[in-house]
Amino acid sequence: MKLSYYPGCSLQGTALDYDRSVRDVCRALDIELIDIPDWNCCGASSAHMTSHEVGVRLPMRNLLLNRDSNLDILVPCAACYQRLRAADLELRNNPQFWDVASYDSSFRILHISSFLADEEIIAKLAENILRPLDTMAVACYYGCLSLRHPKITGAVNFEMPTTLETIVKALGAVPVKWSHRTECCSGSLTMARPDIARKLVGDIHAAAKRGGAEAFVTDCPMCQANVESRQLDTAGSDSLPVFFATELIAAALSGTYPQKQQKVHLVQPTAMSKIFSQRETAGEETS
Amino acid sequence: MDTDFISPAEGNRKFLQKLEAMEIDVQSCYQCGRCSAGCPISDFFDLNVMEVVRLAAYGAEERLLTSTTIWLCAACETCASRCPNDIEIAALMDVLRELALRKGIQPAEDRVPIFHDCFLNSIKHWGRAYEVGMIGAYKLRSRDFMGDMKLGMDMFLKGKLSLRPHAIKEKSEIRRIFSGMGKEYER
Repeated sequence: MKLSYYPGCSLQGTALDYDRSVRDVCRALDIELIDIPDWNCCGASSAHMTSHEVGVRLPMRNLLLNRDSNLDILVPCAACYQRLRAADLELRNNPQFWDVASYDSSFRILHISSFLADEEIIAKLAENILRPLDTMAVACYYGCLSLRHPKITGAVNFEMPTTLETIVKALGAVPVKWSHRTECCSGSLTMARPDIARKLVGDIHAAAKRGGAEAFVTDCPMCQANVESRQLDTAGSDSLPVFFATELIAAALSGTYPQKQQKVHLVQPTAMSKIFSQRETAGEETS
Repeated sequence: MDTDFISPAEGNRKFLQKLEAMEIDVQSCYQCGRCSAGCPISDFFDLNVMEVVRLAAYGAEERLLTSTTIWLCAACETCASRCPNDIEIAALMDVLRELALRKGIQPAEDRVPIFHDCFLNSIKHWGRAYEVGMIGAYKLRSRDFMGDMKLGMDMFLKGKLSLRPHAIKEKSEIRRIFSGMGKEYER
């Protein structure tokens, strides 16, 4: 299978390891990723919040570039996904307004978790797991932008999504029942108003603890950075690491959770490292 | 009592026409409060979400553009997703922010628009977000020199902040996008 790939800016910066794990997982699934040539930033929240035109034209350029290959676009970042979908809608509704003669592209814009939670892919993942993440209790955290507004994202269960739970279950982890799966972490405000981010992330952390989670799993690079870093201010050593879904898949498929990956976390990734070190020890004892 | 809100002035009618053109049907609000109830940031707002919708229906543009709410809204879209009357509340917030900037109204919460501007400047320049450059510009303009110093250092040491920007080839296309082809706002 061949897909266009739109990594987005976060995956070249704060979430560099997310990019690595997405590429690793796709390689393992025999999916060839072709980066959209010369892709540009989608504008994220800042563009559409301050200028409707810029907020549409930035992501739109990427869609127009993708017309050459016409492949479905895989998008790992929730914000990029929402912005590309919004631009796609605008283009379809009124291409002339955006100075495009006509637009009837058939390629789809795919969000990573919906794509990976597909039955066939889950079956393939389950077959190829070298080390299940047995009994790791995780709080699946979706945040906002891959779900809302459903008119833009096309999310079917935007209040009760299940894609991350489907993925982590296939890996042998245990998704906990908890209340804040789709609450906002205020990522777009975290720099200008860290006090608000601390309050929201504090609530999310407390809810995950009540649910009995030892870690978060997300697919949003802004949520990952914001939830992991802002917990440190309020929860200190009680903080939970925030893993990317593909980070867990890559570890389960390869049977390793390398030091290099452990070190990118601001919160100790004990929930994962203990599984892999136990297994390594067990392996040595039996051999 | 200030009754200006109930009888919109000339300028406000233009505002209402703008909302109508964008299919943001604020008139259909019956004040159930579901938008405010679900808003995660409501505690920090000076106007709650339902008040914003109601004031918009009154055409109370000025009060809205000088509120902290429009800048503290994180665009999580919970309000719009849950509105039983399908009012595009998140789009309304976007319109209010854009109008405030276009009219040069002093923002009630100035660090937020400074952040957006720094972020967008880095895209304008490189075609992609350049985190280190953006953070530097934000620190200078917001004069928030000490905030998150430790976090910034930790992230840098973890290799999460790239010192070099990632530039795209066709930067002229990006500059054209920012050049204000704006067809929507002729006010």
